[in-house]
Amino acid sequence: MSRDRYSRFRKFHQAKWDEEIIFELSVPGERGVLVPKAEKEVAAAVGDGVSALAGLKRKKAPALPEISQMRLNRHYLRLSQETMGTDVNIDISQGTCTMKYSPKVQEHMAARHPGITEVHPLQDPETMQGILEIIYKTEQIMKEISGLDYFSFQPGGGAQAVYTNASIIRAYHQSRGDLKRDEIITTMFSHPCDAATPNTAGFKVITLMPDENGFPPIEAFKAALSERTAGIMITNPEDTGIYNPRIKEYVDAAHAVGALCSYDQANANAFLGIARAHEAGFDMCHFNMHKTFSAPHGCMGPATGAVGYREFLRPFMPVPRVEFDGSRYYLDYNCPQSIGKTRSFLGNFGVVLKSYMWIMQHGAEGLKEAAICSVLNNNYMMQKLKKVPGVVMYYDFGVGKNRLEQVRWSWEKLQQDTGFGTTDVNMRLSDFGIQHYWTSHHPWVVPEPFTLEPCESYSKDDLDEYCGVLAEISRECYEEPEVIKGAPHNGPTHRVKHMEIDDEELIAVTWRQYLKKKGLKK
Amino acid sequence: MKKLGVIVNPVAGMGGRVGLKGSDGDEIQKKARELGAKPESPLRAIEALKVIARLKDQVEIIAYPHEMGADEAREAGFDPRIVGSISSGATSPEDTVRAVHDMVAAGADMILFAGGDGTARNIYTALGSGSDIPVLGIPAGVKIHSAVYAVNPRSAGEVTALFLEGKAVNIREAEVMDIDEEAFREGRVSAQLYGYLNVPENKKYVQSVKSGTRSEQAEIQGMAAEIVANMKDDVIYVIGPGTTTRSIMQRLELPYTLLGVDVVLNKQILANDVNEQQLYDLVKGKKVHIVVTAIGGQGHIFGRGNQQISPRIIRAAGKENITVVASRDKLTSIMPRPLLVDTGDPELDRELSGYYRIVAGWQDILIYKAGLE
Ligand SMILES: Cc1ncc(COP(=O)(O)O)c(C=O)c1O
Repeated sequence: MSRDRYSRFRKFHQAKWDEEIIFELSVPGERGVLVPKAEKEVAAAVGDGVSALAGLKRKKAPALPEISQMRLNRHYLRLSQETMGTDVNIDISQGTCTMKYSPKVQEHMAARHPGITEVHPLQDPETMQGILEIIYKTEQIMKEISGLDYFSFQPGGGAQAVYTNASIIRAYHQSRGDLKRDEIITTMFSHPCDAATPNTAGFKVITLMPDENGFPPIEAFKAALSERTAGIMITNPEDTGIYNPRIKEYVDAAHAVGALCSYDQANANAFLGIARAHEAGFDMCHFNMHKTFSAPHGCMGPATGAVGYREFLRPFMPVPRVEFDGSRYYLDYNCPQSIGKTRSFLGNFGVVLKSYMWIMQHGAEGLKEAAICSVLNNNYMMQKLKKVPGVVMYYDFGVGKNRLEQVRWSWEKLQQDTGFGTTDVNMRLSDFGIQHYWTSHHPWVVPEPFTLEPCESYSKDDLDEYCGVLAEISRECYEEPEVIKGAPHNGPTHRVKHMEIDDEELIAVTWRQYLKKKGLKK
Repeated sequence: MKKLGVIVNPVAGMGGRVGLKGSDGDEIQKKARELGAKPESPLRAIEALKVIARLKDQVEIIAYPHEMGADEAREAGFDPRIVGSISSGATSPEDTVRAVHDMVAAGADMILFAGGDGTARNIYTALGSGSDIPVLGIPAGVKIHSAVYAVNPRSAGEVTALFLEGKAVNIREAEVMDIDEEAFREGRVSAQLYGYLNVPENKKYVQSVKSGTRSEQAEIQGMAAEIVANMKDDVIYVIGPGTTTRSIMQRLELPYTLLGVDVVLNKQILANDVNEQQLYDLVKGKKVHIVVTAIGGQGHIFGRGNQQISPRIIRAAGKENITVVASRDKLTSIMPRPLLVDTGDPELDRELSGYYRIVAGWQDILIYKAGLE
């Protein structure tokens, strides 16, 4: 019995290796691999392989760390033990990120199959028919899932997908000579990239605030619409897990003033196989393949934001498009009105491959079941967490009573009762072997927030353990405040100094910057 | 050792419970006592001070005698340094003013007070506009139109403790407002903006990379830039009072009146600090645009601190020529209540109700409702 027999809690303690930064491990001359000399035949054909590149050769060797294989292996294993990633903890904490299980077989294919790993993106398309076929077939599937007519997998993430869609909205209006449309409408609980990326693309952004129901009233939306509205870019269900039931009215009202409608479906776990962008009237949408379709997120990428469009927007889509002439797959660059490339080559093909595999493993019925299970898991957790002292569920009436795949919770009552807020609870969470939870985008519309998303992958035992931990921390806040004040107790690092993290004078994101800021190097 | 000045207005809040709309004035206080009112503010002060008591050995409390702070500090476990003198049981606003002077002279790093708008105003009067000593209110009064209070006594204690420990807090300029109680009891509200105090507030730690940080200063600069970029030629701009609107004048490099109304035409100053009549004479028959911000803790866009912009001036501009500037944080702090309009003309108030495009930053607009209380 590895967990406590009665409380069911783990006797967890984080690893403390205090592992050096890899550059500190470097010893001049140490080698991980000795590159063999080319065989005679090869040398006869291309010489030493380097002289031919005379003009391209670096004058100085790159300043890479020099480390033996064994030490390198130890380095990464230690680092992996110092993190609390999805593979070691019950990763319900990262609401809106859809931390579902990423089957390992996907990784094996993407990382080991020579048909994937040995291909160069500049090869003749004739020699990478398999890869093109997978992209093409995934497109056919995504068309079915969304009801839209064309897809591209070029954007390297959700935010880039939304940027791509904003660019397409602009290109569409420009193509019609309609130059006065310079506003995009979004909502407060949509992902911030629905506001940020259109702004980067040159639009003014109008944000709708939620009313007491948790979503913006249609009257507010209508007040925002005008002949200057280029498009709307919104998430639904929003970060709160509430589905705006009047979405079709929003879309119709936007269309009535000539605006386009873009649906942020980054996280489609709530309605996969159940509801589609097409029926909701949207002109375009995007999916995060690294969320809903199980490809791992991996520290800021690789990711893929799959963008989908109705027929009339095809001329503006990114190039190249993967097409099929009945016998061969080919790349079509002949799109004069295209917004161009949003990422090099074909995007992150590995992510498309993993998503394709996941879809094929599940089948159409399986996708729908994943959505149903994720909503079921969330509703089970909801009933348990609502009973935890100090927890408040905002908008818990009317439409807000029913949540889909996630909930933005609040520790408002806990804070009023005990003085401990969401930050304090978060500090204690890691003592139970669960990584810190995500609070909310700023500003905190829901006070003392935390956002949980139990995807379909987690078992009842996982959900019970997670809820049990939050209940225990709540109890401690009320009854043993000293435990909370000193938390975390079972981690190698005590509290991180936020002031220092926020301070641009102090933070270093590269080794060179670190040396410079520490005054170790000019 | 850090020094915290503690001022308790022992009679603040007494009028509220017994329905007297304020506690200023001897008569009212007597009446409140007769109606069975009990002092609220000492209890609230103790609640806040208990939170700070964890720093007992690192902080010196400077307090006025008896119920004006000393009693409360002792009750919370401190051994305060007492300054000044009062006649217990018969304290007055002048005592508050003296207390501030004495605490500044004693080298206080911050002042924590328990009271309402009247107390805040006394403190502002004593400190004057040039002072940068942080002041935080424990809300204990009947009237809390000012924006200088923490949300409750406990969080007042928390923020004060963080500030004294030198931890991350923001200092923001917050409005000191007060209404004429005499008029208030007769059903009229006439609130004035008296000035700004430096108020520490808890900086919410940024928990993950997903949320990102915004610099408040950059946000205000963004709002000003957005307003200025959209200014039209040959339209008279009426710029209301406040720190947010001040940034517009600063961006235009024009002289401004923090607490008053300034008038701009073609990016040049037309008049500073106008009264209602002067303003009316300037805008009559012209194209007018009004720029105001949400004033005070409750978010009034008209009728508090900017009464110079009267109904006839608002009518001259028209609802479509009103721009409201307010930060996201301001709006979330009053959410889900609407921004308030209280021009004194009920019909105009109704016309002004509805959704506004609020300028919250550069190319950043929020849709938010304004309406009646
Ligand atoms: C609804 C929504 N849209 C867009 C995004 C942005 O996706 P990415 O992080 O891949 O850029 C996210 C991710 O957090 C999201 O939750």
